[in-house]
Amino acid sequence: MKGRGTRILAHVFLVIVTLATIYPIVQIVGISLRPADRLYSTSLRVIPEDATGKAYHAVVFEKDFLLWLRNSTIVSAIVTLVGVALASTAGYVFSRFRFVARRFGLYSLLIAQMFPATMLLLPLYVLMKGLHLLDSMVGLAVAYVATALPFCVWTMKGYYDTIPKELEEAALIDGASYWRAFRTVVLPLAAPALAITAIFSFMSAWSEFMVARVIVSTRTLYTLPLGLESLSSTFQTEWANYAAGSVLVSLPVVLIFLFLNRYFVSGLTLGGVKQ
Amino acid sequence: MRASTEKKLFPYVLLLPTIIVMVTVVAYPLVYNFVLSFKNMSMYHYYDANFVGFRHYSSIFTERELYWVFGKTLIWTVANLFFHVALGVGIAMLLNGRIVGGGVFRSLLILPWAVPQYICALTWRGMFNHEYGAVNLILKNVLHLAPIPWFSDATWAFVAPIITNVWLGFPFMMIVALGGLQSIPHELYEAAELDGAGALGKFRNVTLPLLKPVLAPAVVLGTVWTFNNMNVIWLVTGGGLPADKTHILVTYIYKAAFTYYRYSYAAAFSVIVFFLLLGFTFAFMRYFKITEAVFE
Repeated sequence: MKGRGTRILAHVFLVIVTLATIYPIVQIVGISLRPADRLYSTSLRVIPEDATGKAYHAVVFEKDFLLWLRNSTIVSAIVTLVGVALASTAGYVFSRFRFVARRFGLYSLLIAQMFPATMLLLPLYVLMKGLHLLDSMVGLAVAYVATALPFCVWTMKGYYDTIPKELEEAALIDGASYWRAFRTVVLPLAAPALAITAIFSFMSAWSEFMVARVIVSTRTLYTLPLGLESLSSTFQTEWANYAAGSVLVSLPVVLIFLFLNRYFVSGLTLGGVKQ
Repeated sequence: MRASTEKKLFPYVLLLPTIIVMVTVVAYPLVYNFVLSFKNMSMYHYYDANFVGFRHYSSIFTERELYWVFGKTLIWTVANLFFHVALGVGIAMLLNGRIVGGGVFRSLLILPWAVPQYICALTWRGMFNHEYGAVNLILKNVLHLAPIPWFSDATWAFVAPIITNVWLGFPFMMIVALGGLQSIPHELYEAAELDGAGALGKFRNVTLPLLKPVLAPAVVLGTVWTFNNMNVIWLVTGGGLPADKTHILVTYIYKAAFTYYRYSYAAAFSVIVFFLLLGFTFAFMRYFKITEAVFE
């Protein structure tokens, strides 16, 4: 970008794209602030003239929102912890060690993503029933860990590939065990990839709907997506409540993204760019 | 001696938990599904399903339906991936240049990725509403164009989820591309400039080849995710409206299994989809020769 003209053009283009991108999100916020009698509006105003927080109050205090929030938090926390633990270790092995079936393992993880997830639902149901994990937080967490794991392992492996081997070799020569070399030398350097893995695991649990619907049937075990869906199934009357719930559900994830997106850029080296 | 046993055991100990989870939750259902596809399990034969061999496969391949749905799936996947990559790479290149407030743009542009998918899809469905939806209101009131019958016309009803999914998916490609662009040493551009390369030459000879190893796995993953993405198209079109004309393979399978309870038929269909994707991935990886760099 040399000329002044192209630079201005680039800025104008970015502003337009950004406005178009955030418009739908602003729209949800706008709807959540509408008073109940103006749910069908042909006005293009984003924030309605008589904005009200009634829908938020209704969702939090009159619905089971807090219960859904608790369930979702428990499941997402388990999935994040277990996902990071498994992906950071498995990814390390795939990056540093040469062993039988290594290639097979990496391919299998890729292939695991290829089966239409909807068709794993029925076998998953049968499996969870056999393991007595149906209608439980643990069953849900196990399923989510498995769906997020392939991507996370690949991300971690790609990132470890960019960390020079010499670093741990030096530690090993100094008498450190393999575990110590991994834990104290490599892992801290992989912080950006760990951030991605954590967020990806968290999100796959926080916003998943289909699997939850199959595994959980007790209303007191509903996660946020199930709860919100139960609000939206009576669309006519609860559109504002649904929007308010959506805003509340999205808020934590949006905040995490805003704070951590710097790490994303350096952490998502899927192909492992070697320096 | 102790060190060498440690060296041998260490990788397996670290891998074991991952293997256990993947085998129980993914491999077992996969095998189960393969077996199911050769049975006749349906609403009528739930507990007394028998093996029927290739019956479902042969009926799927002789039906016209498969080819229609497959064609739509191809359009869906190619259109989405094209816009994801074009928008993602284009915006990333702009952001990688000297932009005032680049961090702000990046943070805002990433938002569609942050908001849960089902919420986005349902919001867009509302925005495509013929009378009250923001899209038609903007067309009518701001641009003075005729409103579009989004969900009563089969073609527009298919365009709507594509727009939604393009919006949802480009931030991921943007971030991946941005990471790749930042790892390209600046000296390479200076060298190209010394050799007299213009903007296009620099893009073709420096940016593109160095972006490829980062972008290719993202494209493979993106293709698989898009191909198998049933949330967006299902929620935006309300389960295939109008009259089941907006199905892609996965939504068609879902409808067969959970609306019509043709479990084995749906299982056979998903096995076919699985092999299609498997073939695509290997062909793609071989063509772009990305496997070697990744497996090194």
